[in-house]
Amino acid sequence: MSHRAILSIDKISYTYGPKKALDRVSFTVKEGQCAILLGPNGAGKSTLFSLITHLYDAPSGSITIDGQDIRLKPLKALKALGVVFQQSTLDLDLSVRQNLLYHAALHGIKRREAEHRIEEELTRFGMLERAQEKTRQLNGGHRRRVEIARALLHRPRLLLLDEPTVGLDVPSRKALVDHIHSLCRERQLAVLWATHLIDEIAPKDHLIILHQGQLKATGEVNDVLDQTGHETIEAAFAQLTGRQERAL
Amino acid sequence: MMMHALRALIGIMSRECLRFVHQRERFISALVRPLLWLFIFAAGFRSTLGVAIIPPYETYVLYEVYITPGLLGMVQLFNGMQSSLSMVYDREMGSMKTLLVSPLPRSFLLTSKLLAGVLISVIQAIVFLLIAAAYGIEIPALGFLTVLPALILSGLMLGALGLLLSSFIKQLENFAGVMNFVIFPMFFLSSALYPLWRIKESNPTLALLAGYNPFTAAVELIRFALYGQFNLQAALITLFSLLFFLGMAIWGYNPSKGMMSRRS
Repeated sequence: MSHRAILSIDKISYTYGPKKALDRVSFTVKEGQCAILLGPNGAGKSTLFSLITHLYDAPSGSITIDGQDIRLKPLKALKALGVVFQQSTLDLDLSVRQNLLYHAALHGIKRREAEHRIEEELTRFGMLERAQEKTRQLNGGHRRRVEIARALLHRPRLLLLDEPTVGLDVPSRKALVDHIHSLCRERQLAVLWATHLIDEIAPKDHLIILHQGQLKATGEVNDVLDQTGHETIEAAFAQLTGRQERAL
Repeated sequence: MMMHALRALIGIMSRECLRFVHQRERFISALVRPLLWLFIFAAGFRSTLGVAIIPPYETYVLYEVYITPGLLGMVQLFNGMQSSLSMVYDREMGSMKTLLVSPLPRSFLLTSKLLAGVLISVIQAIVFLLIAAAYGIEIPALGFLTVLPALILSGLMLGALGLLLSSFIKQLENFAGVMNFVIFPMFFLSSALYPLWRIKESNPTLALLAGYNPFTAAVELIRFALYGQFNLQAALITLFSLLFFLGMAIWGYNPSKGMMSRRS
C-alpha cells in the first residue's frame, strides 16, 4: 500500500508506579485509514491517548505524528492532530459558534478564515442553523457533532476519537460512525478511534487490540480473524483478551 | 508564530470575558463579599481600631479608608482562587485538555490563562473601588489611574498562586482545604485589616510572618499606588512571588511531571 503513515507508535511503555499501563506497544495508522483501538476497560487506551496528545510524556519509545516526533517537536506534531475526548469539552454557556471560534484562535486561524471554515464544517454536519445556540441546548448527539467539527477546523491529518459514541442513542451513533468513515475516505484522514463497541467496526477498518497494556493483534478485520481462526470479531476479541463473549 | 500566539491570547481572553458575562452571580458575589466588610465590619470596628498616621497617609484616616486597599486585595485573592477552582473543574471536565493540546508552548498557554483571569480581577477591583468612592471613601481622582499597574501586578501574583494550586490539587473536593489553609491565613495574616505595627504590639512573631506574606506586599503596593506613591519593596516582593508561583505552576503542568496522570 502506498499510503504513508500518519501516526507511528514505536515501542511505547508507560507505568503508574509499579503498574505497567503500556508495555512496548507499536503500531501505525496510515492516511485514509480508520483504525479502531479495541480493548476492555483498563487496557491502556486512555493512557495511550494522553501520550499521543502529549498531556504526558512517555519515558521510552517514540510517537510520531505526520513525521514529527511528539517529544522533540510537540507543537508541529500537535498541529497535525485533532482530538475528541471522551468527556464533552464544550463550554456549555457559550454558543456553538463561540466554542468553535475559541478553538480556531488557539490554532492561530485568522478570524475571516475561521468563520468560513466554521460554516463549512457545520454545514457538513447539518448544524449550521444551530450555530448561534448555546451548546447547553443541544442533545448529546449534536454536541458530539460540534466536537468533531471543532477537531477538524484546523484541518488535521490525524483525528483521535476517545469513545465518542458513549451515551448516544442508536440512530445518533450510527450517523456518527458513518460520518467518520466517510471522512477517512473523502479527506484521506487518518483516524484512531478508541471504543469497546464492536458493532461500530466496518469490514475495511484496521483493528488494534490492546489488553493489559500489551498489543494483542493489529491488522485489517479479516487479517485479525484469520490470525485467530474465528469468524466474528467478538470471538477473536474474547480469545485475545481471555474474556467471555457475553462480557462484551 | 507571533501572530498565532497573539490570536490565541485574544481567544483565551475573550472566552474568559464571555464566561464572566454569562456568570453574573459570580461577579455579584465577588462584589458583595468586600462590600459587606466595608459597610458592616469596618463600620463596627471604626471606633475600636484607631489607625495612627503611617505612610502613605498624611493624616488620621478612618478605618474604612484603611481597609479599602486590603479589600481590593481580597477581591483579587478570591478571584485568583476562583480561577484556580475553575481550572481544577476544567481539568476534571476536560476543557483544560483542549487548551493544553493546542500547538503552542504550554508556558504561553498558562500565562495567557493567567492574563485572562487578571483582566477580570482588575475589572472587579475597579468596580468595587467605584462603589467604595460612592459610599464616601475619599480616593484621589488620579488614584484610579495610578492603582491600575499595582492591581495588574498583584492580580498576576495572586492568579499565579491560584494556577500553582490548581496544578497540585487532584480533585475538586480538595478545594475547601485551600480556602481554609490558603485564603484565610493569607488574608488575616496580612496588613489588609490592621497595620503591621498593631500586630507587632500584640505578637511580634505574627507580625514577622505577616511581613513575609506576599499578600501583605500586594496590599501595600495597592495602598501606596492608590495615593500616587510607589512602594518599591512591596513591588519587588510581589514581582518575585509572581515569578516563583508562575515558574512552579509551569513546572507542575509539565507533561513529564505527569500532572494529569496523578488524577488516576
